[in-house]
Amino acid sequence: MNKVAAFLSVSWLALAGAASVAAAAEGAEAPAKETETESLDWKSWRANNKVDSINSLQRGARNFMNYCVSCHSLKYLRYSRMAHDLQIPEDMLQKNLMPIEASVNDYITTSLRGSDGETWFGKEPPDLSLMARARGVDYIYRFLKTFYTDPSRPTQTNNLQLENVAMPAVLSDLGGVQAAVYRNVERVVDGKTVTEKEFSHFELTTPGRLTPQEFDEFVRDTVNFLDYAGDPSQVERRSTGVWVVLFLLVLTWLAWLLKKEYWKDIH
Amino acid sequence: MATTGQESKPGLMGWINKRLPVDQFVRSQLLDYYAPKNFNIWYFFGALSLLVLVIQLLSGIFLTMFYKVGEATAFDSVEYIMREVDYGWLVRYIHSTGASAFFVVVYLHMYRGLMYGSYKAPRELLWLFGMLVYLALMAEAFMGYVLPWGNMSYWGAQVIINLFSTIPVVGGGLVEWIRGDYAIADSTLNRFFALHVAAVPLAIILLVALHLVALRQVGSNNPDGIEIKANKGPDGKPIDGIPFHPYYTVKDLVGVGTFLLAFCTVVFFVPTFNGLFLEAANFEPANPVSTPEDITPSWYFTPYYAILRSIPNQRLGALAMLLAILAFFFLPWLDRSPVKSIRYRSGLYKFFFSIFTVSFCGLMYLGLQKAEEPYVTLARICMAGYFLFFVTLPFYSGKEKTTRVPQRVTFHE
Repeated sequence: MNKVAAFLSVSWLALAGAASVAAAAEGAEAPAKETETESLDWKSWRANNKVDSINSLQRGARNFMNYCVSCHSLKYLRYSRMAHDLQIPEDMLQKNLMPIEASVNDYITTSLRGSDGETWFGKEPPDLSLMARARGVDYIYRFLKTFYTDPSRPTQTNNLQLENVAMPAVLSDLGGVQAAVYRNVERVVDGKTVTEKEFSHFELTTPGRLTPQEFDEFVRDTVNFLDYAGDPSQVERRSTGVWVVLFLLVLTWLAWLLKKEYWKDIH
Repeated sequence: MATTGQESKPGLMGWINKRLPVDQFVRSQLLDYYAPKNFNIWYFFGALSLLVLVIQLLSGIFLTMFYKVGEATAFDSVEYIMREVDYGWLVRYIHSTGASAFFVVVYLHMYRGLMYGSYKAPRELLWLFGMLVYLALMAEAFMGYVLPWGNMSYWGAQVIINLFSTIPVVGGGLVEWIRGDYAIADSTLNRFFALHVAAVPLAIILLVALHLVALRQVGSNNPDGIEIKANKGPDGKPIDGIPFHPYYTVKDLVGVGTFLLAFCTVVFFVPTFNGLFLEAANFEPANPVSTPEDITPSWYFTPYYAILRSIPNQRLGALAMLLAILAFFFLPWLDRSPVKSIRYRSGLYKFFFSIFTVSFCGLMYLGLQKAEEPYVTLARICMAGYFLFFVTLPFYSGKEKTTRVPQRVTFHE
């Protein structure tokens, strides 16, 4: 009978292990890996945001209200909910983070009309409430970090994560303007050697107001805020979950003792 | 007036029992229902399936209170539940995790039935009712997946419903009739809602009831695959049987606790299960002009999806998929072995059964991958292994070399 108990506990541990691996992949418990120089392979960049860091979320909310909300909505999130979750005092919320005409219980919406967006950018700027869930935090992080000069585009900029993006590089006054540097790579295609252009790295042509490190933190905080906005109850969920699991461990242990007691005269 | 024992019981219970056979029911279903004492961990999953059914019904009722059916409102109302309804996120994650948990426990429950020959005489109807529950469950899960009206809901529905167009002659008209429109639209969503919250759950409850009545009639099989009713003591009770209550009720309590530990770990820490339980593409609203990069069905459908994809002709693919599911229904008659449990069956059977097991898991994995090499070839190999089990069974099972089946169940304390 102890085999059963052993199997049950092993299978639960295995599942918990799988779950924590999945959680890590979800970005829930991302290991903070501070490297001095960024890897040249932009596809390997990770947001490594910490959604339980109130300070980072507050900065992210500020960034969003200063740089994003003029075109993008968070139509499922209310100012009041954000202020409550992010511990932002109401006077500060009303003074710094909200348009004058809005009420605290309003949803966070942009004042840009969709039709104007379509005229100006060719596409209505999408709502960002669920962007972190639909595309992932790493996607947004890479997107915000890989704008580069491209004279062939109407906005003069392009993006590695989202090719031929309609959005202009709105953060260039902070992060600066960067040019993409390519290298020639020789490949053999169908027996013939072809020379192809491949992205190598970025070169900062005009520095912004922030240092690269500061800009990186800026982007990380913004991504973190979008992570929160995608699932505002996630921090509460995880902390409640710890108690639920502890309770169930005790309950299952008691059930196990009860079972052993009842079954001791079955031979 | 002649009174029996239960009628003479005093108080409220006596009053009730005179009018409703509560005590009699409890006695016949739990106290006098003798189950084999050698159940192993595989026998948890029947009770757990019932638990998940209750979880889904209750959480579903709460979701229905806030969900707003309709293509203009469905997606928003799900986000409303996630953000504005008190503990709405919890109920929604319980329901979405419950869908996957249902298939986990049902697949394990079915696999137990395969291993120990629980589909063989006298349990053929029990098996068939179980299979019908499984079919209804697939329909229920598919239609439930459409309700959030995310982009994967939309395109998944598009792909699945189009399968019906492969039916000769009536296919095209049938698809239109199912959708209620020329494309997946508001009318489709509305009828799926009706079917998901009323029709199919009713069918599932009825079928589960029949499954249980049939089980009480023939009694549980066990890992040795022998009939405990064949060995009765002087009191008329099976020697190797023990009353379901309290022995299996307390034992199942341990199973329930362990299951809930796993279940709640997912609900509270990884509700999307890295895209397997809730897909990223479904956090974008349904968009008829933007197809998601890869349309993959939920993980519990992928074995059949992999079979569908591995045949280039869509009509034949759909037929193979249908056969793969229907094969289970014929199992009681394909298998002619006098021995039920895999413990005492021939090496040949174990060989084919192992191939089937690997193939099914392989197809489940391959159905989640892109339709490219080497996955397509591997899926074809696995499909062959899957059908090989069913096709060969009637030819060797009647005369396979089995080992001696014990008279009494093997029971290790």
